[in-house]
Amino acid sequence: MTDLARPAAPVDENPAGTAADVSAPRTPVAPRSHGARTVRAVLKHTVMIAASLAMIYPLLWMVVSSLRPNDEIFRNPSLFPLSFDFDNYVRGWSAQSFEFSHYLMNSTLLVVGCVIGNLFACTLTAYAFARLRFWGRNIAFAMMLMTLMLPIHVVIVPQYIMFSQTGWVNTMLPLILPKFLATDAFFVFLMVQFIRGIPRELDEAARIDGCGHFRIFFRIILPLMTPALATTTIFTFMWTWNDFFGSLIYLTTPDNFTVPLALKSFLDGQGTSDWGAMFAMSIVSLIPLFLVFLFGQRFLVKGFATTGIK
Amino acid sequence: MSAVGELAQIVSRRDKRGPREKHPDNKVGLAFMTPWLLGLLGITILPMIASLVLSFTDYSMLAAPEWVGLENFQRMLGDTRLHNSLIVTFVYVIVGVPLQLAAALLLAVVLNHGMRGLSFYRSVFYLPSLLGGSVAISILWRQMFGASGLVNQLLGALGFENLPGWVSTPDTALWTIILLHVWTFGSPMIIFLAGLRQIPQMYYEAASVDGASKVAQFFRITIPLLTPIIFFNLVLQVINAFQTFTQAFVVSGGTGGPSDSTMFYTLYLYLKGFGQFDMGYASAMAWLLLVIVAIFTAINFFVSKFWVHYDD
Repeated sequence: MTDLARPAAPVDENPAGTAADVSAPRTPVAPRSHGARTVRAVLKHTVMIAASLAMIYPLLWMVVSSLRPNDEIFRNPSLFPLSFDFDNYVRGWSAQSFEFSHYLMNSTLLVVGCVIGNLFACTLTAYAFARLRFWGRNIAFAMMLMTLMLPIHVVIVPQYIMFSQTGWVNTMLPLILPKFLATDAFFVFLMVQFIRGIPRELDEAARIDGCGHFRIFFRIILPLMTPALATTTIFTFMWTWNDFFGSLIYLTTPDNFTVPLALKSFLDGQGTSDWGAMFAMSIVSLIPLFLVFLFGQRFLVKGFATTGIK
Repeated sequence: MSAVGELAQIVSRRDKRGPREKHPDNKVGLAFMTPWLLGLLGITILPMIASLVLSFTDYSMLAAPEWVGLENFQRMLGDTRLHNSLIVTFVYVIVGVPLQLAAALLLAVVLNHGMRGLSFYRSVFYLPSLLGGSVAISILWRQMFGASGLVNQLLGALGFENLPGWVSTPDTALWTIILLHVWTFGSPMIIFLAGLRQIPQMYYEAASVDGASKVAQFFRITIPLLTPIIFFNLVLQVINAFQTFTQAFVVSGGTGGPSDSTMFYTLYLYLKGFGQFDMGYASAMAWLLLVIVAIFTAINFFVSKFWVHYDD
């Protein structure tokens, strides 16, 4: 079976180049006359640039439009002329019962809770799956992989009933607590793959020195796992920041709304009258994702390439 | 090895017992596994059982659940909105997923042919897949495909006039959401790119020596060696596509309209369970979804024997 998911050696001499192994061109261009090759390359790049532009044109247009007066959004499909009218942002920021910063704070809190939960619980679980030999491990592992494919809708109704009985509806607990129970199997699997790539000799040396599993875990495995932890943090951030379904179910009053819910209620409230402000707040909601994409891309690429789910 | 691959292997290995495994780490294993075990029980298995039980009841959260036997399932048989939502979802999955994977594979192969600016193109194609699930992008889509949205403005500039609002026309609304799905081909593309890099260069060299054309090499080497990854992408994208919710909810304003043309199964389930608090019916629907997803996955696994090549 193609060993796609095996991570590179965990002690990477060139940590900044983790994504480079995917990006370096490898198929040599067949020997051909110089002129024909140039023509081909130009043609290819023209097609690729056109495709790229088509892909991101809607995004660019949304950014440009958010800086335009409202009526122009429905008149100007072009990116030009650029205008820098921040009125939409000012209006959108305070268009709802709370300022937009309130929703940004709520989302940030949720993200922090979920990241901590995932880092805590998934590392422990992954270590057990990768390194410990205990009764029922294979069955547990298979079940973990199956939960990866379980539609959330099958459990959402009873979960909701359960959390409404504990009085946690309209709090963030139903969204955060599951993360502390390693329910994000994607990350468990990603970490298992990563730990399997760490040489066992390291554990065994520590064992001979008298370390127990907890010390091996904290002193040896965890420090070597930082790339996997970074990938987990970034993915958890992005998915939690974008998560709409969970917020929609559990968060009921505006003071607890996260960013996606705030956008949704903005849309409900404004109908289609103030697209400018709506675009502006949409852009605000995408900025953190974009920053993570810019600075965390190599972990994202690595994470997808190694575990490749979703 | 991918998650899907490992699962397939564990399941197929089930009967062949090797030498009896020893379990020296039972105690410490339990300590490490406690959070996961609690989660499996409390967040997954017990709610699954509860939802199975609830599917045989009438429950609105106001009064105690009342046992109604198979009534919910009988109602499902006669519920034309539910049948429609199944059709909408099937069209979305059966059209959207292959189109998205084809785009992903095509771009991955092109990008893999060593071109300058690869990391730039890769970033541009990848970005939409990270943003595509957000409410913000769904809002954008709703504007773009509205009567006087971006798409009609562009088409208008080309001379087309009196165009309908794509999201407000029952015949086209679903296709705008399918397009949104295809637009997010970046993440499978990244996986394909990684897979292409795993194919040993010597295969191509040997084929060249034997005089195989580029096209033949693509179909005889690239595609067969990539089938495990295509399969893996297919399984997970199908499962994910069945659960699409945000896009349908936002683009249709939470109604599944116009005329239920974007009433995805999950959206209908949400409206039943959390709009009308018909929890019993929603649970029955959830189990039908699970069965459908399981059947699709099983078919995928079964059919994979005929087209997926594992090279070990």
